[in-house]
Amino acid sequence: MQELVNRAKKLLEDGTVARVLGWKAGDLPYNPEPAYFESAESLKDFVYNGFCGANLSKYMIEASKLEGKTLVCLKPCDTYSFNQLIKEHRVDREKAYIIGVGCKGKLDIEKIRNQGIKGIESIEGAELSDAAETLKVRTIYGEKSCSYADVMLERCHVCKGKEHRIYDEQIGESKETKDGERFDEVARIEAMSPEEKFAFFKKELSKCIRCNACRNVCPACSCRKCVFDSNKFDSSQKANVDSFEEKMFHIIRAFHVAGRCTDCGECSRVCPQGIPLHLFNRKFIKDIDELYGEYQAGDDTDSKAPLTNYTFEDAEPSIVGKRG
Amino acid sequence: MYKIAKENLSALFQLIADSQELYLPVKTAGQVNFAAWSEEAEVDLDTLKSVKSPKDAFFPQSENLYTVKREGRKMKVEPESLKSQKFVVFGMKACDVKGLEVLDNVFLSEPVDTFYAARREHGTVVALACHEPEESCFCKVFGVDAANPAADVATWMIGEELYWKALTKKGEELTETVKELLADADETAVETEKEAIHSIVEKLPYMNLSLEGWNGDALSEKFDDKLWEELYKPCLACGTCTFVCPTCQCYDIKDYNTGNGVSRYRCWDSCMYSDFTMMAHGNNRTSQMQRFRQRFMHKLVYYPANNDGMYSCVGCGRCVEKCPASLNIVKVIKAFQSQGGEK
Amino acid sequence: MSIENKEFKPKIVAFCCNWCSYAGADLAGSSRLTYPADVKIIRVPCSCRVNPMFILRAFEKGADGVIMCGCHPGDCHYSTGNYYARRRMTLLFSMLDYIGVENGRTRVEWVSAAEGVKFSDTMNSFVEKIYSLGENVRLGDLRCRN
Repeated sequence: MQELVNRAKKLLEDGTVARVLGWKAGDLPYNPEPAYFESAESLKDFVYNGFCGANLSKYMIEASKLEGKTLVCLKPCDTYSFNQLIKEHRVDREKAYIIGVGCKGKLDIEKIRNQGIKGIESIEGAELSDAAETLKVRTIYGEKSCSYADVMLERCHVCKGKEHRIYDEQIGESKETKDGERFDEVARIEAMSPEEKFAFFKKELSKCIRCNACRNVCPACSCRKCVFDSNKFDSSQKANVDSFEEKMFHIIRAFHVAGRCTDCGECSRVCPQGIPLHLFNRKFIKDIDELYGEYQAGDDTDSKAPLTNYTFEDAEPSIVGKRG
Repeated sequence: MYKIAKENLSALFQLIADSQELYLPVKTAGQVNFAAWSEEAEVDLDTLKSVKSPKDAFFPQSENLYTVKREGRKMKVEPESLKSQKFVVFGMKACDVKGLEVLDNVFLSEPVDTFYAARREHGTVVALACHEPEESCFCKVFGVDAANPAADVATWMIGEELYWKALTKKGEELTETVKELLADADETAVETEKEAIHSIVEKLPYMNLSLEGWNGDALSEKFDDKLWEELYKPCLACGTCTFVCPTCQCYDIKDYNTGNGVSRYRCWDSCMYSDFTMMAHGNNRTSQMQRFRQRFMHKLVYYPANNDGMYSCVGCGRCVEKCPASLNIVKVIKAFQSQGGEK
Repeated sequence: MSIENKEFKPKIVAFCCNWCSYAGADLAGSSRLTYPADVKIIRVPCSCRVNPMFILRAFEKGADGVIMCGCHPGDCHYSTGNYYARRRMTLLFSMLDYIGVENGRTRVEWVSAAEGVKFSDTMNSFVEKIYSLGENVRLGDLRCRN
């Protein structure tokens, strides 16, 4: 991390960048927040550890409107989102100085809490440089520990790889964290009966509080005004009056980002109710892969997205019933 | 003071539910929220905080106000009936109970909100003391005692037993209906538990937060502070903080076209949303900075100005745990404090 | 057509493109071919105008089945509109199937202006399917039911 801070200081001082977009240490061991740093002095609060899960690509939409370059720290998976935003002309490549930061998997505080760990005072082992496989957590209820891999975000278990797709320079080593297949869960649901599928999603979506965190954090959700925010639209974006509203919102949201979603996993990370929202996005990705050829959004900045493309031989919609 | 063995709690819930509705913390798909009790429900009294606060039981996220139906060439208006059945909310925490006090000031002062008033009248609150408070809690800052919830009935979970003490007339009435399951107990165990809770509270990092400078008189000083321009930046403008909050009370009223009429409902609103307080002329607050500022100014300045210095934050810490960008009211208070130090 | 449940009157929404399918429906009518009156046609300029939200909206407001008709692939009045529509509807129907909505409730058929017979056959078979599936309870807003 020190190397990163030193480099950021250097670039700020020589005027290459006007500000640094990174993470600022929080007041608890696990709550760093995305932040802008405009002076070398302010970088004393800079932090980069296992709890810096936030994908800063989304913040670059606003930062692209500011004067001067912004140094942005992107993890390997974040660079897919950045590429996708370039493709959609939502960020300005010229306004960004990208440091590809290493990643050894990001942590999910909810998973730590679910292990019964509470009253957290300090956490050891979350730094990028820590080689340890376990986290040591000091709590007011005693010393606890848990395996790093057990409390990683879901997305890190199906990591897309440690390569940065776009960067100006790289700092820090990445570690392979993948230990699962990303479509396994989707396939498991596909194999259910319609009744089971319906019950599964009903249970998950019934928790939705319509906070729109999934939408607002999503780098693909970059519409200036969302259709769900329109007051001419009588399904409210903020009311869970009827169970239909949640389905409508989540299906439409997933559909709107279909073919553009890089599967960065931010929606599931931020959901206060722990709804596995990635299951919607991955279903679309899986279908696209199967029906129209493998496609990874954000892999490049110029390929045609699957839903703005077609071939004469595309499958007919009736394939849905035929696949069983 | 009474007690009941933990293993008999489901019998207790069954007995309460026989005569009235019962809401309590239920785990659904991995998350604990307040929900109606049923035999199949997985009741979870160990998780300290439900994701959503239990204010839902008195001020639901969405509720219908009236329905207009077309009948031939006439319109028929059907007002929604007010709550007329008794119900119990079991397992609220001391902070959540204090949250109701905040809501009471808003909804029970003139003009009285009849929907809310009817629910308050018919609801009995059974609160549970916080056995193991967590690092995100700061209830003490707002004068809440985690060990002594000020509800209709206060309970303490100690080992394998739940201790039960009625504090109000409503609480005594409820106690009467379930008396067959309760055994007499003395206060010794509860006193020990209270002390244990107090000593944990002393160790928690947020409990000694200072609110110096936050009051109804600080309006223009805080409102004009340049610090807001910095603080709001990570905010994603989602409504998580407002929707998990036990005291946020802003709502919107909307019409839904049912195809054969209109159902007029109200739903929680969030000051973080771009259509918050939208009027015909547009919006009062046009930037996210203004909307962000509104939330904290409301809780720490405007509300105290109108309610004899009472804050509309109870320190439950839900926003601390749930904010996607790790922003929260504690960070805001601390930021102003450290700025004050530098001046 | 066998209708077992006499009580159930399905509501069926058919999105028809202006150039082929709507004209096909017209031909069905002028040829005195019949199809159930449960089908309500909504004319759209092109099948590609049909936004996934239209489909969900129809279900929300009480539709029991939604069918979309457009020009045959290759015959789109705007050359390529129905190719895009085809991908969209495939993905959407797959998603509806994934969340447990019976997949017989949605269908896409390509009907040209000359295919009055196909239009009426399609509608007859679709309505029959919806009768067999019964009322749509998984994808509607309860407020629209009373």
